[in-house]
Amino acid sequence: MEPSFLVIQSLNGLASASSLFITACGLTLVFGVTRIVNFAHGSLYMIGAYTAATLVPWLLQFYFGPVTFWAGILASALVVGLIGVVLEIVLLRRIYAAPELFQLLATFGVVLVVQDLVVQIFGPQDILGPRAPGLRAPVEILGRRFPSYELVLIAAGPIVLGLVWLLLRKTRFGVLVRAATQDREMVASLGVNQAVLFTGTLFLGAFLAGLGGALQIPRVAANTGMDLSVIAESFVVTVVGGMGSVPGAFLAALIIGQLQAFGILIFPKSTLVVVFLLMAVVLAIRPYGLFGRPEVVGGTHAVGIVSRKPRSSDMAVAVIVLALLACLPLVADAYLLKVATEILIFALFAFSLQLLIGVGGIVSFGHAAFFGLGAYGAALGIRWLSAPMEAALPLGLLLAAVGAALIGAFVVRLSGIYLAMMTLAAAQILYAVAFQWVEVTGGDNGIVGVWPAEWASGQTRYYLLTLGLTASAVLVLRRVIDAPFGYALRAARDSEPRAEAIGLNIRRHRWLAFILSGAAAGLAGGIYAFSRGSVDPSLLGIPTSVDALTMLLLGGIQTVTGPLVGAGVLHALRDQIMPLTSLWRLFLGLSIIAIVLIFPRGLVGTVGHWREARS
Amino acid sequence: MSLLAVRDLNKAFGAVVAARDVGFTLERGEMLALIGPNGAGKSTVFNMIGGQLRPDRGRILLDGHDITAASPQKRFRRGVGRTFQVAQTFLSMTVAENVQMALISCNREAQAGWVPAREHHRPEALELLAMVGMADAADRPCSALAYGDVKRVELAIALAGKPKLLLMDEPTAGMAPRERAALMDLTASIAVSRAIGVLFTEHDMDVVFGHAGRVLVLLRGEIIAAGTPDEIRRDPQVRQAYLGDEHALEKPEAGRPA
Repeated sequence: MEPSFLVIQSLNGLASASSLFITACGLTLVFGVTRIVNFAHGSLYMIGAYTAATLVPWLLQFYFGPVTFWAGILASALVVGLIGVVLEIVLLRRIYAAPELFQLLATFGVVLVVQDLVVQIFGPQDILGPRAPGLRAPVEILGRRFPSYELVLIAAGPIVLGLVWLLLRKTRFGVLVRAATQDREMVASLGVNQAVLFTGTLFLGAFLAGLGGALQIPRVAANTGMDLSVIAESFVVTVVGGMGSVPGAFLAALIIGQLQAFGILIFPKSTLVVVFLLMAVVLAIRPYGLFGRPEVVGGTHAVGIVSRKPRSSDMAVAVIVLALLACLPLVADAYLLKVATEILIFALFAFSLQLLIGVGGIVSFGHAAFFGLGAYGAALGIRWLSAPMEAALPLGLLLAAVGAALIGAFVVRLSGIYLAMMTLAAAQILYAVAFQWVEVTGGDNGIVGVWPAEWASGQTRYYLLTLGLTASAVLVLRRVIDAPFGYALRAARDSEPRAEAIGLNIRRHRWLAFILSGAAAGLAGGIYAFSRGSVDPSLLGIPTSVDALTMLLLGGIQTVTGPLVGAGVLHALRDQIMPLTSLWRLFLGLSIIAIVLIFPRGLVGTVGHWREARS
Repeated sequence: MSLLAVRDLNKAFGAVVAARDVGFTLERGEMLALIGPNGAGKSTVFNMIGGQLRPDRGRILLDGHDITAASPQKRFRRGVGRTFQVAQTFLSMTVAENVQMALISCNREAQAGWVPAREHHRPEALELLAMVGMADAADRPCSALAYGDVKRVELAIALAGKPKLLLMDEPTAGMAPRERAALMDLTASIAVSRAIGVLFTEHDMDVVFGHAGRVLVLLRGEIIAAGTPDEIRRDPQVRQAYLGDEHALEKPEAGRPA
């Protein structure tokens, strides 16, 4: 390999490191002060890109020159900063004290809202911005041509780092930001005006996200997928650097930029995998990132299942519901049965997540990994082993359980937000593998022809099979939740010191919970694959994970039956509303935010609470 | 052989020496208080014995077994029970279930997955709760209890593991004076009847001098005095350490609740 090529490649790495740092720096600052992991940070980045790609060409009409270009970029970042202020005042301010799961979900609600709004405002097409005036000609480096705009980007990272450093060291605002990052309670008790501090931090964070996005316009067309891709990378940067640490983010961005630039030479298709593997290795060695500190992660506010006297009517209700469901094929048409089958599958998927979140207090944000592994396991079995359904379903379950065992072994060492990020990353790795390993997984198109066995085909028969499998799996999980194993998980969730002091091996329990939960989700995934006849990478994507979380949230995290009800309601709503409007995500996002703010107990929890209050 | 033998424990945090050559023994049925002004290193010593901290040097022997490097879980299996300065219970469970959980763990059934947990060891749990006077509250949620009652439940949880050694970090912190004496009387009677050695730290001198059989005084990480409550009260070095708070060491007047 020629040295000049290596130089160019590392310059490319530096340029992407700069962009990544500018965006991630905002995320880490906001986290440091507010302790909120702002999922919508990627959306702010996307708004920055769209705004700049629209605003800058418009400005260039009036006066063509570098000044106009850069003014447009800055103006776009300022606009995004103001949107950040609105976000803080309208939403974040109300959830600072909420459990981190609710914070993640609420800000993900914003992601959904922004996705639809961006399409409404800017249109569905990608928008490529103008090239920067004065930087159009490439420069020659060691005999190779290199875009001069990239050189500016390389400089932009350190410049932003320097400015942020000055801001943090030399201004009163900066002193407060640093103080709040170290000890939020202390700053609060010193009589600092928190509202201004938090709003200001959100402005700064959003401004940096907007700047990061705006700077991309000459290189990448603004598109509707950039929010989730950049948020995943920013999460990696902040987690590897240590949440809340600006220098950590810079160092992590540098490492990741180089890793991507050279990783592409070794694994041309799987740079994402390399990046997430780095994160896994760093977290395995330093559970709080390179420069993070343990106390940065506040105590997890455990919300979840509490003990409840078993009612004698519970069993009767379960039997009646099951009997009614079994009779459904007598009255329902094929379409309704198809919807009902899907609801059952998602009910199992959500219920499997309840074991981790509601029982164990383990906020897994990548549960799609296991659902997808189950689906792919079944589909791969059909395609490559020509296995019958009876073998392919258990194969999917097994693959999901093995995946959960591997991922679980890594993440049970972590806690709180790091665990959430790591599970998300694990799911993204699998997503990337499914997407990029075309020869085996079929890539974007996935695998088709995943049909059930003869005896189980037909809408009615498959529905009944699904009902039988789902009911059995839910029954088993239900017993486990009530049994000593479930109680031990709850014990570790309620009080780790107490659980250790009575001799419970917390990590082992959590690891086993991952395997069990993963296996159940894998079963759901396998059934889903056969119900649709195909699998594709979206089964492993962030939206699938969030679906399960939304079902939990909607039904009620503190209840055992909540996820089942939540799955039914969400899927029924989606089925009814999605065909009517192009704004389904807007609707869903606003609903998630509303639930977090108004009904944090969810449907089943709220009903139960009313009942208790009345008696 | 002593129940607990602590030898030459040392622990430093950076330049701050939190424990220097700390050594003492504790016998079965004995109530040993560890006192000292704030920052004397009580919690450090306590957490090294409890397994939350690893000493830089020194050894901790329980019944002759070296537990210096053992995890809190291993110590539990060897017979160490503990309560925390801020009571640690399982707030999502009922009072009885809290104790049942400890019994389940003690019997190594924590991975059982079919029979409901509430059906495990309930009679035994109720017995322990009766011992601490909480039997009536067995089916109430632990989160609904007054703090003094939570402390009693925590004691029952700690006793569920049939400990030989009970570690109590500020057992009466946050309790009303009357409750304090009652809890410590209860602890003392259990210690004697079950031959449990109790090591506790405490700020309330009434509790210390009223209930400890022996007292260790820690100052800047070192033990400066050890002896019966009366010896400690008379020790000039100890008075010096508590300078400005000398009355704290005077004998409680007659008539005052001990």
